[in-house]
Amino acid sequence: MNDGVNGVALGVFIFFFVAVTAMGFLAARWRKAENENSLDEWGLGGRSFGTWVTWFLLGGDLYTAYTFVAVPAAIYAAGAAGFFAVPYTILVYPLIFTFLPRLWSVSHKHGYVTTADFVRGRFGSKGLSLAVAFTGLLATMPYIALQLVGIQAVLDVMGVGGGENTNWFIKDLPLLIAFGVLAAYTYSSGLRAPALIAFVKDTLIYIVIAVAIVYIPIKLGGFDEIFAAAGEKFSQINPATDKPVGALVPGEMGQWGYATLALGSALALFMYPHSITATLSSRSREVIRRNTTILPLYSLMLGLLALLGFMAIAAGVKVSNGQLAIPQLFENMFPDWFAGVAFAAIGIGALVPAAIMSIAAANLFTRNIYKDFLKPDATPAQETKVSKLVSLLVKVGALVFVLTMDKTVAINFQLLGGIWILQTFPALVGGLFTRWFHRWALIAGWAVGMIYGTAAAYGVASPTQKHFGGSSAEIPGIGEIGYIGLTAFVLNVVVTVVLTFVLRAAKAPDGIDETSPSDYTADAGDPGVKVELPPVTAGAPGGH
Amino acid sequence: MSAVPDAPDAPQAPEAEQPVVTPMRLIIALCLFAPFVAMLWVGSYAKVDPTFIGMPFFYWYQMAWVLISTALTVIAYKLWQRDQRARKGGASK
Repeated sequence: MNDGVNGVALGVFIFFFVAVTAMGFLAARWRKAENENSLDEWGLGGRSFGTWVTWFLLGGDLYTAYTFVAVPAAIYAAGAAGFFAVPYTILVYPLIFTFLPRLWSVSHKHGYVTTADFVRGRFGSKGLSLAVAFTGLLATMPYIALQLVGIQAVLDVMGVGGGENTNWFIKDLPLLIAFGVLAAYTYSSGLRAPALIAFVKDTLIYIVIAVAIVYIPIKLGGFDEIFAAAGEKFSQINPATDKPVGALVPGEMGQWGYATLALGSALALFMYPHSITATLSSRSREVIRRNTTILPLYSLMLGLLALLGFMAIAAGVKVSNGQLAIPQLFENMFPDWFAGVAFAAIGIGALVPAAIMSIAAANLFTRNIYKDFLKPDATPAQETKVSKLVSLLVKVGALVFVLTMDKTVAINFQLLGGIWILQTFPALVGGLFTRWFHRWALIAGWAVGMIYGTAAAYGVASPTQKHFGGSSAEIPGIGEIGYIGLTAFVLNVVVTVVLTFVLRAAKAPDGIDETSPSDYTADAGDPGVKVELPPVTAGAPGGH
Repeated sequence: MSAVPDAPDAPQAPEAEQPVVTPMRLIIALCLFAPFVAMLWVGSYAKVDPTFIGMPFFYWYQMAWVLISTALTVIAYKLWQRDQRARKGGASK
């Protein structure tokens, strides 16, 4: 590794990077609306995206560079357990089929930009809304930082990461440039930039996967050979734990963990602010439902990608940092120019979600902290300005995080982020279907889930780490090992339900619900759903 | 596992004023619920044989479920559209 710069690969990488940068800036003119100075325009792309744009945007958003690097890396390290990402993404779509269209409708009707906006409107509670916004911000920050880790992995393998003894500034310069450019076009174009770049990103990713999944197995002698090599590696005994280092198929012990991790992650995915931002930018309910039928194409891709982890084993890739396994596999297997394409795919794959996440975080801050608590009379133009600035701050924060702290810190926080964000599920999804939950009970449930989840994760040790060594721990009362986030979520729900009974009996004051039942099924074009958002020039919302 | 049973009931909720559980809605609920049963019952597929082009059962089975669940979601979507059209008295948007 790091034996000089791979010139051809780097050239191809730079070519794609420059191309998407140009697209990012030009995106501001794409489907431009009359009034640019509103958060709907900058932060939700004018709420105008149709089925395909939404598909690319959501795909670009959910399947991040970190996913591409981390899922095969997990397989490379431990085998079957890492494959939970596949059932996880299978379960996401039936789940969102049921609740996202309702969120879209109510948000469109009342002009909600974030999930916390909805929670405030539904439960009439700024405190609950703040809890949701705060959790969202907390969970998104490390996620952005991890996108940088993805880019770093690629730069390292291309040889531009520099050795250990290079000056830190030279070493991190490529990363600084990449993020500077990203910040600039997000600032100027808003959500339109990642939406347009997502086309390039996903096209590249699909090409790379299609080639990799055919070309590499042929070179390695077929899947028989690949899995035989992997099985041999996993049966070795890890001296630190006295157990095999991994498994091709989860044993009895691992099955609870596998299932709870898949379910918990599926429940959590659409609680993340960036998933919601991409959802609300679509122009109708139908777009969302239709997308649940075409998004699984990404799950298939993810499954194939996961198999690359086994191929890295069979190809004899030896890396001390698992994150480098896949970039290194590409470098070893592909001709230089195609390795460049693959690296560009991962690199751009980091930029798209990073942009959307920073926009989502900025929207949360602006709507639910700035406007609710600091400056209630902020105009839409002021909101947009604050959002743009915060999107820069968020990115700088993520950069500082990655450059100053150990990578494991970002990974630990991201792991915690998943546990935390799941705790907003009762308020959000519960609120979409029923008003029965009491706002104070929801806050209490949230707090219990957050505290339990954090404490339980702190207590998990791994051979390399004393704390935050993983996301699974014994489930109290059941005795099996399961995903902490899901255990915390169940506790959260129990507390919420019990306290709701108590508070209702005690006649605790209920907040004012500004929504009505019909708001949840309204669609664009229905009477009453004004297109309060200016119709875009191309493809007006009426065209379905 | 309180979260799982919620999911299939959800499609019935939007029409609060017309609380009807029709056979069609039951099918929709089943289509959306089936992947949860299949995927969370890990014991049913945690095995190596039969392999497919050298891939252990565990892996190809789950990949196959990506396709099956997609097909089920498409069915649910089509039925849901039909259900909505029927409810709005054939009024197309």
